[in-house]
Amino acid sequence: MKILVCISHVPDTTSKINFTDGDTKLDTNGVQFVINPNDEFGLTRAMWFKEKQGATVDVVNVGGPETEPTLRKALAIGADTAIRVNTPATDGFAVAKQLAHVVKDGGYDLIIAGRESIDYNGSMVPGMLAELIGANFVTNCISLEVDGTNAKAMREIDGGKETVSTTLPLVIGGQKGLVEESDLRIPNMRGIMQARQKPLNVLEPVDATKETSTVKFEKPEPRGAVKMISPDNLDELVSLLHNEAKVI
Amino acid sequence: MSVLVYTESEEGKFKKVAFEVASYAKAVADQMGTTVTAITINADDISELGTYGVDKVLKVKDSKLDAFNAKTYANIIKQAAEKEGTKVVVVSSSADSKYLAPLLAVGLDAGYASNVVDAPTSASPFTVKRTAFTNKAFIFSTIDTDVKIVGVSKNAFGLKENSSSATAEDFSPSIPENGVHVDSVDKATNTVTIADAEIVVSAGRGLKGPENWGMIEDLAKVLGAATACSKPVSDLGWRPHGEHVGQTGKPVAANLYIAIGISGAIQHLAGINASKVKVVINTDPEAPFFKAADYGIVGDAFEVVPKLTEKLKEFKAQNA
Repeated sequence: MKILVCISHVPDTTSKINFTDGDTKLDTNGVQFVINPNDEFGLTRAMWFKEKQGATVDVVNVGGPETEPTLRKALAIGADTAIRVNTPATDGFAVAKQLAHVVKDGGYDLIIAGRESIDYNGSMVPGMLAELIGANFVTNCISLEVDGTNAKAMREIDGGKETVSTTLPLVIGGQKGLVEESDLRIPNMRGIMQARQKPLNVLEPVDATKETSTVKFEKPEPRGAVKMISPDNLDELVSLLHNEAKVI
Repeated sequence: MSVLVYTESEEGKFKKVAFEVASYAKAVADQMGTTVTAITINADDISELGTYGVDKVLKVKDSKLDAFNAKTYANIIKQAAEKEGTKVVVVSSSADSKYLAPLLAVGLDAGYASNVVDAPTSASPFTVKRTAFTNKAFIFSTIDTDVKIVGVSKNAFGLKENSSSATAEDFSPSIPENGVHVDSVDKATNTVTIADAEIVVSAGRGLKGPENWGMIEDLAKVLGAATACSKPVSDLGWRPHGEHVGQTGKPVAANLYIAIGISGAIQHLAGINASKVKVVINTDPEAPFFKAADYGIVGDAFEVVPKLTEKLKEFKAQNA
């Protein structure tokens, strides 16, 4: 089985988000970038397939050279080869288009992406990719088993979960549950040393027109101070929720 | 040319988000000087849609469509959009709609903007305001394609009444074969889901053990709320994974979020900060959650929660 794991290079959750160039660009000053958490669950599940069922695992990112440390980290976790499509990730569709080309060229059977990235939160790329390459698609995926060309997956739905059966080629929008957080791997020294020797192939992009454009960013209004209420005066809380917040 | 809105239903009844997206579609239609057409799949009584500005309803009824299937549903909406010559399709941010919208976008060659929180700031270029960086910022994006898809954030635009009388038209699209088959659905019945809830009562490790969740459920019951929990609680197995809210769990965009014994790690806040009003109850006055709260109580959950439940019962009795 040939597995491709799509890796988004995203600001760590604890980063302060600021903008530059008249609020048109993310200010990356002091921002730590990480593998998108939803992708990390998928990468770990891919390593499980590699070790237990025999599979090759490649990782891919669409972005500039600044995303390479994130791909190296994925190699250090155990991926075989990394691919970087050398173009800025402008919108979900353009990224999906680039990935579709990589998938077709590489003949992948299983493509694991995250249900959403924690930067733009679009939840677009995996579904668009599946549709572009004519593969089956399961998102919010919390478990995945593959047997030959058959796959069984569980996905989280509003208020519960459902079990689906499908076939490869398959695109997954993964999340926590694919593996548990305690199963996530931190690269060890050996992995990091090996990662330096592993191939990181830079591909030039194919033509892909973006369909949406960013005009500008805006930060939310600073919120008002918290109103503290004495635990002995819960009537006040009830009254505030009713009269001021109007939520009960 | 009308604006097409996919109004979701479950067991024949509209979900609340259906009325929110209909309200949104009406706002877009007014800007563009056109009408609103809704598409429903196995919904029973469609008259309520008129209340929110829908002019025409394409009713699809087919027992083959009882179970949601993203690819099939996306294809049916595509057929409706083509039949209507639609330029703007409006969908919700439910798990189902977020599943089908990217497929629909490729099918219609349409640009898709998700997590939209307000009516378009301009119709040409078509510009929308969306959340990003897990609610730490907004992006103003243009959708540059001829056909556009807008995914509306839950509980952001709200319900807007705009009385019109919706006329119904039966619509029988072709139903394509599909490679993903639903084998079984495991859904809690008779409980409010986090996705639908207007109020969510959430608790963390401060509760000390799963045996203490009775008071959380009591409080949720009085408020008609869904129950939720922090990540450590679901990792410890005190509560089911489906209740975990936060960055790697379910997102919450409720009117009221009550956090009990949750310190407020940034990953937790990222998942819940689209909620409008936040109440925090914690013994530790230094808990970071207080900085993100609207109302705070420093106190012992084991004393405060049962008392609050009683007070709310009294309030409900008086205001019934």
